[in-house]
Amino acid sequence: MDLTLLMYLIPSLIMFCCGVYGFITRKNMIAILISLELMLNAVDINFVVFNRFLFPGEMEGMFFSLFAIAIAAAETALVIAIIINVFRMAKNIDIRELTKMKF
Amino acid sequence: MESVGNIIMYFIIALAIIVFSVLTVTTGKILRAATYLLFVLFATAGIYFQMDYEFLGAVQIAVYAGGILVLFVFAIFLTGKPGQSSEPLESAKKKIGLSAAVLGALVCGYALFTKAGICSALVSQPIDVTINSIGSMLLSTEKFGYLLPFEAISILLLACIIGGIVIARKR
Amino acid sequence: MDFSYSYLVLVLPLITFLFLGLMGTRLSRKTAGVIGTAMMGVAAVIAYSVALEYFFGADQGQIVDGIRQQIIAWDLTWLEFTENLVIKVGFLLDPISAMMLIVITTVSFLVHLYSLGYMQDHEHKYEKGLQRYYAFLSLFTLSMLGLVVAPNIFQMYIFWELVGVSSYLLIGFYYTLPAAVSASKKAFIVTRFADLGFLIGILLLSFYTQTFDFITLTSNPTAAIATAGGATFMGCSVMAWALTLIFMGGAGKSAMFPLHIWLPDAMEGPTPVSALIHAATMVVAGVFLVARLFPLYCLEEGTMTVITVIGAFTAFYAAAVACVQSDIKRVLAFSTISQIAFMITSLGVARPELHEGVGYMASMFHLFTHAMFKALLFLCAGAIIHAVHSNEMSAMGGLRKYMPICNIAFLIGCLAIAGIPPFAGFFSKDEILVAAFEQNTFWGIWMMLVAGMTAFYMFRLYYKIFWWNNPDYGHHTPHDAPMTMSLPLIILSLVSIVAGLIPFGEFVSWNRADYHIHLNMTVAVSSVAVAVVAILLATKLYLKENSAPAKMANAFKGLWTAAYHRFYMDELYQFITHKIIFERVSRPLAWFDRQIVDGSLNGLANIANSASYAIRKLQSGSIQSYVYVYLIGALLLAAVTVICLI
Repeated sequence: MDLTLLMYLIPSLIMFCCGVYGFITRKNMIAILISLELMLNAVDINFVVFNRFLFPGEMEGMFFSLFAIAIAAAETALVIAIIINVFRMAKNIDIRELTKMKF
Repeated sequence: MESVGNIIMYFIIALAIIVFSVLTVTTGKILRAATYLLFVLFATAGIYFQMDYEFLGAVQIAVYAGGILVLFVFAIFLTGKPGQSSEPLESAKKKIGLSAAVLGALVCGYALFTKAGICSALVSQPIDVTINSIGSMLLSTEKFGYLLPFEAISILLLACIIGGIVIARKR
Repeated sequence: MDFSYSYLVLVLPLITFLFLGLMGTRLSRKTAGVIGTAMMGVAAVIAYSVALEYFFGADQGQIVDGIRQQIIAWDLTWLEFTENLVIKVGFLLDPISAMMLIVITTVSFLVHLYSLGYMQDHEHKYEKGLQRYYAFLSLFTLSMLGLVVAPNIFQMYIFWELVGVSSYLLIGFYYTLPAAVSASKKAFIVTRFADLGFLIGILLLSFYTQTFDFITLTSNPTAAIATAGGATFMGCSVMAWALTLIFMGGAGKSAMFPLHIWLPDAMEGPTPVSALIHAATMVVAGVFLVARLFPLYCLEEGTMTVITVIGAFTAFYAAAVACVQSDIKRVLAFSTISQIAFMITSLGVARPELHEGVGYMASMFHLFTHAMFKALLFLCAGAIIHAVHSNEMSAMGGLRKYMPICNIAFLIGCLAIAGIPPFAGFFSKDEILVAAFEQNTFWGIWMMLVAGMTAFYMFRLYYKIFWWNNPDYGHHTPHDAPMTMSLPLIILSLVSIVAGLIPFGEFVSWNRADYHIHLNMTVAVSSVAVAVVAILLATKLYLKENSAPAKMANAFKGLWTAAYHRFYMDELYQFITHKIIFERVSRPLAWFDRQIVDGSLNGLANIANSASYAIRKLQSGSIQSYVYVYLIGALLLAAVTVICLI
């Protein structure tokens, strides 16, 4: 039995779809952020496995993932700062209740 | 032909990714969702190790599992009572989310299976990615050098640090 | 000394109005009244000084070659639109404006003084809102003075409307009484309707003559008329239309038939206001307007005929109605209409070639004397109403014993209006009759008949109030009014006695040259005879309580009832406005406006509205639905790519 590219792409696809589902259905802002991380992670996996399977001599995919991880870390830190700030103001992080800035 | 260990490892990883991804988005408790996410991240790191990208796997564990997850846990504790369950989802929203997810899976899955030529590629040659080569590539200005993105990321991180401080600071 | 200080005549009432209007509530009612009266007194003194300076003062060019000149004391350009369309504010001094200055300030000052006594309730406390009352009186005086001294027709129009507004405010002074409120609205709407004609007339006149200026218009009337170049509209020359429309404005203010309906109702206002506005000053504005443009009017024979006919008919109509009214203020109101109609008729029959334009002089003379004795009669009526607390004649009778001053003053007023020599009315009315006979014997006899009716209804009123019967007044015996009220009565009585002896023609005549009044003995004797007969008839009928008047009323029941209801003019207006205009014209138009015009716009708005509601979900602000939509789109693109390209 061989481990083909497809076998790595399928868990990644499922992970991504779970992220989409969570992003659309969740009400808690942190849960939405978690779903976002899932999607991001699925994309990282794709970069890496494409690199490894199709272009083993180069390292673009790996570096892309490396940078993506760094940016994800920064983004998460920032979003969590915003969430905490919102919580401080509204005592709530339910995305449906935060309508203060809505026209 | 792969080694049996590798195949078993693959199945464990794939199963973990699928099961914990689903659990992450379906569990009612937010702290549990974060914990399942941790397992997904570990499984992802497993894939990186399997692909012989040890440095990337280490970064994944250190930054994601060690840094981001801790941030998540802090945020969860700061914004809600531990063990608190979220309200059940509205069924309309659930349907919408499910339809989007299933539709996405169908389209992408169809694309994957029809492109069987590429998708059946195998790991053809062993590679050796050393920390040394990664470091010199990150700071190189030659072809396949990543100095510019590296610097851009540095600036971005600095901006994020300052932004995070400014946003979260008590007024 | 030139006339530049004359601006004070206008500025003082304006200051009083602003001061009492803005600060009045901080003052006590008595202080406000005293301030208003004192300021009016000062303005009156200045106005007298201006007028006397003009008539008798050292030569400053008032008289050139025996003709009194029109002097512009000052002139400010207010708005300048184009070279020709310039609106100015100024002060024109000529014989009639100087005469009007005297009339207005005299009556206004006496009314101010009288109101101090009149505007008190039973406990001798000043009425609520007395500050407002005095502010409005000042506003009225200002506007009336501005009207008469206006050197151009546009300033006249502005002050004309201001006069209407202040009249409206003062009629509605008792704004808690529904009758007063509706009377004020009626007065305003009717005069406003007439002013529409006035405005169109002004625009027509100014369009052709390219000027608003009275002096330019009247110094060369033939040229002014000729500017229309023979343009005609519906068979009449445009100038005749313009002048007739301007007269329509005057007829509205002067309560000429058929625009007279507001004046009897205007008696709902306080009685001093009726004396000032609705007897002496405002209602003669129409007469003044025609007199002001007289050189133009006398060139349009048709318009003059219209004026004569309307005046003569109104005089008769109002006199007939006055004979049967039971409310003393109503009688006086119709008497006012009738007397103003005398003035209008007099202007209508005046021709420069006939007896040196005696009608013009007679009209102005009658305006002057009438202002005095009609103000006197109204103020007496006010004193009587104050004493018996009723307007109805049935509540009065035998008052001569209780109110001697008022009795004598009222009798003098009645003799003056009836035209008994040597009281003021005799001279002026005699000149009017002379003018009427000069023009046409028919008008002469007609006006003499109306003069007889005047004598009859005035003495009917007098006897009904002061003689007739002796009702029981109970413990609340009527008595003469306090000094603030009696003093104006005494002054006006004296003026009413002697005013006729003023050689009026030397001051005012159509061409501003000297005119020597000489009595036409035939006319004078016959008119006095008619008046005496009418008075004797009234004495016979009304001196003692008897059943003869009631019998007469029964004998001519239909006529009497019709006259009592003012020949159903109000009902006719009611019918025309409500049944015809409102029901047949306004309602369908309103329906069309609401259903078709508004409806189409509302339909458009509704379409836009529902469309917005339909698409507003797209802009929900919910990031999750955006993601969903984006994802569906991306997936569709991906599906197309996968199926078609690969």
